[in-house]
Amino acid sequence: MNYRRVATVARTDLRQLAQAKDFWVPMGLLGSMFFIVVPTILLLSITTIGDVDVVDRMAEALEVLPESAMAQVANVNPQGQTGYALAVFLFAPVAVIVPLTISTAVGASAIVGERERGTGEFLAHSPASAREIYLGKLLASIIPGYFTVAVGFTVYSVIVNLLVGPDVGGWFFPTREWWIMILWVLPPFLALCLSLVLRLSARVSSTAAAQQASGLVSLPLIMTAYSQATGFLVGGGWVPVAIGGVAWMVAIVSLTRGVRSVTRARLLGVAGT
Amino acid sequence: MVQSPHPSDVESISAPAVADPVAPGPKPSALPVHDRRAPSTATATRSTDSAQAVVVIDGVTKRFGEVDALGLLSLAVPAGRITVLLGPNGAGKTTAIRLITGALVPDEGSVSVFGIDPGGRDGEDVRMRCGVVSAKPSLYDRLSGMDNLRYAAELYGLGRGSGVDARVVEAADQFGIAADLEQRVGGYSTGMKTRLALARAVLHQPTLMLLDEPTSGLDPESAVAVLAMVRDMTAEGKTVLMCTHLLLEAERLADQIVVIDKGAHLLSGDPDTLAARFWPHPTVSITTTDGFGLDTLAGIPGVADYQRSGDTAAYRLDVAERVPHLVAALAEGGAAIESVVPFQPSLEDLYFAIRAQYGRGPNDPSDYVAWRRRAPGQKTAPEHAQQEEATR
Repeated sequence: MNYRRVATVARTDLRQLAQAKDFWVPMGLLGSMFFIVVPTILLLSITTIGDVDVVDRMAEALEVLPESAMAQVANVNPQGQTGYALAVFLFAPVAVIVPLTISTAVGASAIVGERERGTGEFLAHSPASAREIYLGKLLASIIPGYFTVAVGFTVYSVIVNLLVGPDVGGWFFPTREWWIMILWVLPPFLALCLSLVLRLSARVSSTAAAQQASGLVSLPLIMTAYSQATGFLVGGGWVPVAIGGVAWMVAIVSLTRGVRSVTRARLLGVAGT
Repeated sequence: MVQSPHPSDVESISAPAVADPVAPGPKPSALPVHDRRAPSTATATRSTDSAQAVVVIDGVTKRFGEVDALGLLSLAVPAGRITVLLGPNGAGKTTAIRLITGALVPDEGSVSVFGIDPGGRDGEDVRMRCGVVSAKPSLYDRLSGMDNLRYAAELYGLGRGSGVDARVVEAADQFGIAADLEQRVGGYSTGMKTRLALARAVLHQPTLMLLDEPTSGLDPESAVAVLAMVRDMTAEGKTVLMCTHLLLEAERLADQIVVIDKGAHLLSGDPDTLAARFWPHPTVSITTTDGFGLDTLAGIPGVADYQRSGDTAAYRLDVAERVPHLVAALAEGGAAIESVVPFQPSLEDLYFAIRAQYGRGPNDPSDYVAWRRRAPGQKTAPEHAQQEEATR
């Protein structure tokens, strides 16, 4: 395995992606919507505007959260409690939906795109092994999603700390659970999703077909990741951590099997014909 | 070893049944024989017999679904030469190239490149030594020319940095594309893309160049320039295998031709030797005013056969040295000689003769034979009709 070649394939794909405004502008807007616009509006309406109706309704919703989850803010005002609950628990899916959506979109065209552009011929004749190409494509698909999370997570942290922090006694975000979710729970789901998407990309005949098929494949995974992330943040404890571990193992197996899906014949578009 | 023909081909090579060995050519070749087959400077010093085979394909079959892409293909590519793989569309030329780099593996048979199985564990060694130009340039349109070449440089282990950039510019300069490297490839013309693809293929200084219809889609000027570049490659010691269905460009380059059709090898060898097999006797066409005196030459010693068509006759001779005797005899008889044209079979003649021999002419073989039988200057019925139309 030549890791330089893996990095080269990934870097070149990312360079092309950076040139594709028609891709990253909508994806940037998606990330902005989830990480900035929606949280800002909701948190502002609670903490700054102090809308009594909204706070009351949210307070009712917070009753479903376990006591342990709200113990840290038991002594703060209702606006602070509501803002805290929103920031820490209810936006958890944001960290899952955005990267999975972006990475799925990139991964879907990773192999079939090479074939459609005719550049698969170049890769097929190159000394890069199928495994190196596969890993390069995998990295190039993961990085945009994870990069968006990193940037969005940072901006989101600043926003919630600025808006909710004064009500809960200072900067409180990210919490320990969020760190674990971002670094432990999200990556295996991302890898698992992409291992399936790349397999599809290697097998289908067009990018459009890959996008449609990968949407079907990734949706259940997104929902699973969503529920796991939410459950982990709300419930805490070691069970979600263990589930993250299981997700890692499944992802590794799926990635290993996925390597076989990329062949030179598939890059040329003659496999299975 | 120059070639490794399939056993079924051996007989046809050693005893070539000629489609029409007696008939004169329809027209003299556009290029003299010694020009169109002139090997490059480097290759001229090597004999065919001593050349090592860089690529040996032996009895290979390849099937895609219900389609037999290759059926027992056997061929060899000698080192330091330009081998042209000739065949109609769908003959299996591109599949052959893909097998050579290991991009595809054969269903049956074996492929050996530099003595290595390209589809095996050491296939990377083969691919590192191959430079491939596909029929479509296979470039990344969103990247600049420079980035396309850098990508190839890194994949082929040249690394990154200023040293590699210098090599990139050098390769691009070799094909006259250095000034446009900062442009995005999406804005390139077809010719520029082909030049960039050629630069990319030589970047890592491969010893075996595989060119799949490299002039496809090019204007004539660019095509000529590309062919000149291909010729220069062998001057640098590279081995070239070029696929084409364009006979004229093959004629200008080929040290060896390999004719394939429907995935099978028909015949291979250097063009002169093959031409000598199909046209073993020199033939000359003579035209006199009103055809005066042409029939009297039939009795001259050394004239094996002749065919008369209007004011022109084609004579098959035992040796070329008979031609002055024929001319002298005509002059002594008072004939006004208008032209004396030795028949030099072009690659086109050879190609169609080979295909006709195997009953694989593009048209009805009998049409081809009729075409071949006409005397120089004589027009086919469609050509005659066209001329009549033009005259009117």
